[in-house]
Amino acid sequence: MTISRRTLIASAAASTVPLAAARAQKPTLKIGVLTDLAGPYQDIVGPLAVEAARQAVEDFGVASKGYAVEILVGDHQNKPDIGAGISRQWYDRDGVDIVVEGGSSAVALAASEVARDKNKVYINSGGATSDLTGIRCNANTLHWVYDTFMLGRSTGGALVGAGGTSWFFITADYAFGHALTRDVSGFVEAAGGKVVGKVATPFPATTDFSSYLLQAQASGAKVIGLANAGADTINCIKQAKEFGITQTLGGLLVFISDIHSLGLAVAQGLACTESFYWDLNERTRAFSARIRKRVPERRLGMAQAGTYSSVLHYLKAAEAMGIAEAKKDGALTTARLKAMPADDDVFGAGIIRPDGRKLHPSYLFEVKKPSESKGPWDYYKVMATTPSDQAFRPIKDGACPLIKA
Amino acid sequence: MFGFSRPQAIAFLVMVVLVAGAPFVLYPVFLMKVLCFALFACAFNLLIGYVGLLSFGHAAYFGMGGYVAGYAAKAWGFTPELAILAGTIAGGLLGTVFGWLAIRRQGIYFAMITLALGQMAYFFCLQAPFTGGEDGIQQIPRGKLFGLFSLQSDLAMYAVVAVLFLFGFLLVHRVVHSPFGQILKAIRENEPRATSLGYRTDSYKLAAFIISCALAGLAGGTKSLVFGIATLTDVHNAMSGEVVLMTLLGGLGTIFGPVMGALIATAMENYLAQAGAWVTVIQGVIFIACVIAFRKGVIGVIADKLKIHL
Repeated sequence: MTISRRTLIASAAASTVPLAAARAQKPTLKIGVLTDLAGPYQDIVGPLAVEAARQAVEDFGVASKGYAVEILVGDHQNKPDIGAGISRQWYDRDGVDIVVEGGSSAVALAASEVARDKNKVYINSGGATSDLTGIRCNANTLHWVYDTFMLGRSTGGALVGAGGTSWFFITADYAFGHALTRDVSGFVEAAGGKVVGKVATPFPATTDFSSYLLQAQASGAKVIGLANAGADTINCIKQAKEFGITQTLGGLLVFISDIHSLGLAVAQGLACTESFYWDLNERTRAFSARIRKRVPERRLGMAQAGTYSSVLHYLKAAEAMGIAEAKKDGALTTARLKAMPADDDVFGAGIIRPDGRKLHPSYLFEVKKPSESKGPWDYYKVMATTPSDQAFRPIKDGACPLIKA
Repeated sequence: MFGFSRPQAIAFLVMVVLVAGAPFVLYPVFLMKVLCFALFACAFNLLIGYVGLLSFGHAAYFGMGGYVAGYAAKAWGFTPELAILAGTIAGGLLGTVFGWLAIRRQGIYFAMITLALGQMAYFFCLQAPFTGGEDGIQQIPRGKLFGLFSLQSDLAMYAVVAVLFLFGFLLVHRVVHSPFGQILKAIRENEPRATSLGYRTDSYKLAAFIISCALAGLAGGTKSLVFGIATLTDVHNAMSGEVVLMTLLGGLGTIFGPVMGALIATAMENYLAQAGAWVTVIQGVIFIACVIAFRKGVIGVIADKLKIHL
């Protein structure tokens, strides 16, 4: 085949013609679900968080209203640059009004910056770092489900209370791991315990934790604090079992999907903290029954259920403001979100603090023995409940610049 | 001008027009990413295409440029042009040290040394406190150019990136078509012969290496200001592989090839993002197809068809 100059130029010119996108006539709220679709956190957030967001849109009855809601999905691969890139593109090019979920802490911090830059809204449910409502807080970000302070107080406090006075941390080497190690260390030391050592593991590339576990074993600490999550925590617990490590394993952030992966035989007796459990009360059971149509095989953890809760709250506020108004100014919409009390089947009634922290109770669970479990996903029994006004870091200790001003 | 042949001059003008017009049609942030990678690939092409040196650790200079520029802009409050200059110098200095070590060996040994040094740079960035580990340096301000013009709007930033890209592109072209460039090409064709003609080939290779690394630093520094973030992605050896892919796709040893390659690779990454992990597989297949079916790359094949030199 011979290509003449003319056809070449013509085809080059034709390829630059942009594809004109057809615009829908109804006003549309666009929600971007930014999550980890294929990495170590895919089971604790991932596709189920997307389904939870869709469920919220369905439950709110958007179909019968005068506006439409569109959900976009993006995979941040746990890399802050990719997460920031996707949210920037969503806001700039696709007209997205709000990004939810936002996965791991490093991505969360980056996505929160983009939301502030573009004056949109960002509600985090999967990320843990308490800096999101502390030194890195801004007027466009809410932190919805849990944070490292809450985990430290609940799980960390319980383990210290049970005699775990010396700790060695295995820390995922990024914002979340460091924040969790810092917050738990604070509780351990305040209770008279001490931290004898810590080791940081590369994230998300580590699958073999043997050398870190042996270091932890050699340290002689009573508790090995696992300041990581998802597949990392599962691998640590399994590998510790294989090495015959007898020290207490403190899984500081364990979700119900992790228990499911580990199996009750391995996980029994583990203490963990979540703010949601499907079998907690009438309302959580009702919610779980509804979402079972979408995900029949699994039960949601708090981060996934939290995505439902945050989307629902946003829709309520946006409708109350008027859709056009809600799309206009992200900071104003966020202020409205903070002013409205939240109420849904997942967390019950709750409020949002001026620094962006959503408040609700947290629960300390113990994983049941195989003999105690009555059916699939019957994994938890409640050990303790921390009321919502005590579960999170007091607003004055967060050093959030919004509060000083 | 600049040693352009007539077809090259026409192609260059077309490119300038496209670069100038594109942000009004396409998403400017995507285009800025393309231009940063195009500059990076041009820098890489200077080595592999014109000196015949295959560097497998070029991400080190790109990423380090990004980190230094980002840190300078954020922590020291440098204006953007100074921050980018700092990134360029960082790339150049790192290239001086690494290049001085690496050019002592040839072929596969050269490639392996650059790979090893690149990995060392990666682990340095992973552990050094100023890079922020897995979080990277976030909240890098774009700032005000010369302290006067705010770069907050994407179009203003785009103008800066476009100028820097064209500057880098012309610089590479000028280097290649200078007497110095003639000697580089002589070294590529036959190093012992260049030595026998009385040239100190090591000095020439080192000089080319440093220019390439400084330009890679320039590209990395610009990218970190554009996106407001500098992360491990940019120093990872996958990035070194990606720049090889871009250069080969576009056309090794052609002046426009790396630009085309960067455009294709970035567009694939962007528009195939829905495919998730499959992007890497698709890239691999395209790479193999390209190497087997048209080894001269897109621009090389077009140039052959038109019987011109691009």
